[in-house]
Amino acid sequence: MSSKISRETFIRSIADLLRKAEIELPDDVIEALRKTETREEKPVAKSQLRAILKNIELAKNHGVPMCQDTGIMIFFAELGTEFQSGFDLEAAIREAVVLATAEIPLRPNAVNPLTRKNSGDNTGIGIPDIHWKLVPGKQLKITVAPKGAGSENMSALKMMNPTETGSIKNFVLETVVSAGGMPCPPLTLGVGIGGSFDKAARLAKEALLEPLDTPMNKFEKEILDAVNALGIGCMGLGGSTTALAVHVKTAHCHTASLPVAINIQCWANRHASVVFGGEK
Amino acid sequence: MEYHLQTPLKIDDIEKLNAGDIVYISGEILTARDEAHARILEMKEKGEELPFSLEGAVVYHCGPLMQKNGKGVREEWKVVSAGPTTSGRMSKMTPPLLKAHNVRAIIGKGGMKNVSESMTDRCVYLAYTGGCAALAAELIKEVKTVHWLDLGMPEAVWVLRVEKFGPLIVGIDTKGKDIFAEVREKAEKVLEEMKK
Repeated sequence: MSSKISRETFIRSIADLLRKAEIELPDDVIEALRKTETREEKPVAKSQLRAILKNIELAKNHGVPMCQDTGIMIFFAELGTEFQSGFDLEAAIREAVVLATAEIPLRPNAVNPLTRKNSGDNTGIGIPDIHWKLVPGKQLKITVAPKGAGSENMSALKMMNPTETGSIKNFVLETVVSAGGMPCPPLTLGVGIGGSFDKAARLAKEALLEPLDTPMNKFEKEILDAVNALGIGCMGLGGSTTALAVHVKTAHCHTASLPVAINIQCWANRHASVVFGGEK
Repeated sequence: MEYHLQTPLKIDDIEKLNAGDIVYISGEILTARDEAHARILEMKEKGEELPFSLEGAVVYHCGPLMQKNGKGVREEWKVVSAGPTTSGRMSKMTPPLLKAHNVRAIIGKGGMKNVSESMTDRCVYLAYTGGCAALAAELIKEVKTVHWLDLGMPEAVWVLRVEKFGPLIVGIDTKGKDIFAEVREKAEKVLEEMKK
C-alpha cells in the first residue's frame, strides 16, 4: 500500500480532526471527570461538574464546539522519514484550519500581538503552531490540541536555581493558587523540567497530551495530592478536586540551570490524532 | 436559596441575594470583555453617549462564537457556543465601570480580584460554569443586536435574549461576601502550612 495521499484528502482529514477535537473529549478525560463528579461531596462543586458533563453530552449531540473559546491551533506532527506527500504539508495544514474555522465554525481567535487586529480565520504569523518531529517509518501522525486562553494565561515558567529541585512542588502549588478558579478547574497540569527556557515549556505542553489514566509516578502523585489539598475545587468555588492529573516530562539541562514550566489545561483537555500512510 | 430574576434588574432584586445562592436570569444580557470595557470607559471619559443602555443591565463576560446566516435584510446571527470568559481580566476595569453605569449583575467565571468593595450595594457577581458553552447557547433564545463588531467577534457587544439563564452561583454579593476570595485565602493558608 502506497503511503501517498492527495492534498485534498489530507486537508479534509485535518479539518475533520479539528472538528473532532472541538466537539468530543477523549474518553479518558470524560471518565476522569465522571469519577470526580461521583467523588465530590460539596454541593456547589458537584453542580458545576454536572453542568460540565451535561455540556460535554450536548456538544457531542448537537455537533457544536464544547467551549466558545475554540482556542488557537497547536499541532504536533510526527513525520516518518519515508512518508511521501508530494505537497507542502504545512501550507495544507494552514488551509485546513481556515476551512475548519468557516465550516464548524470556530471562533476567530488569532490576532496580531501588537495591533490586536483579528485575522478572521485563525491563521497568522506563526499560527497555527506546528511542531515537527522526524521519526523512523512511513507514517505521518498528526495531533491537534486547540488551546484556550483561560488556562494558557495562568501557565508559568521559572528559571530556578539548580539547588532548588526541592522547591519545584511549591512553584506548582503557587501557580495553581494564584490561578484560582480562572483556568476552569478541574485542571490537568503539564510540568516540564530541564532542557532550556523554551524546551521546558514544550515538554510541559507535551505532558498535557498524556492520557489521564496513565499511572502517575511518586513525584507526580505527591504534587497532585498537594494541589487537591488546596481546596480550590471545580471553578474555584471550593471542593476536593482542583486537578485531575499531573504529568511531568524531563530533559537533561545545563549544570547551572533548572528551567521549570507549568502548562495549565482546563477541564476541556481537547486533543485528537490521525495517522496517514500505510504500514509502519 | 434559588431566585428567578427578570431584566432590567432593580437594586431590590439583587440586595436579597447572598453568596452561594442560585440564580436564573431571563430577559436581556449584554456581552462585554476586555476591549468593550476599555471602550465603555473611554467614552465615559470623553462624555460620549453609549449606543446601548447599561441601566439595570446584566453584563456577561463572554466572547461568543457566532454564525451569520442569510444575506442582506434577511441576515441574522445565530449563537453557536457562548460560555463565560475569565472575569479576572476585567478586575481593574470593573470598579470604574460600576461607578459610571448602574450595571446590576455581572456574569462570568473564575471571579475577580479586589472588586467586592466596588460591588457593595451596587452589583452582584454571578458565576457560570466555565467552558459550558453548548449548555449556555441552549438558553440564549435570540441575538437581538450587535454593537462594535469592529472589535472582532469575541470582543463585540452582543445583546442577547435569554430564558432561565443558569444555574448561576452568586459569587460576590452586595454585602461584600466573595466566595472566590474566601476559597483563595484558604488555599493560601493551606500552602503556607505545607511550606513549613
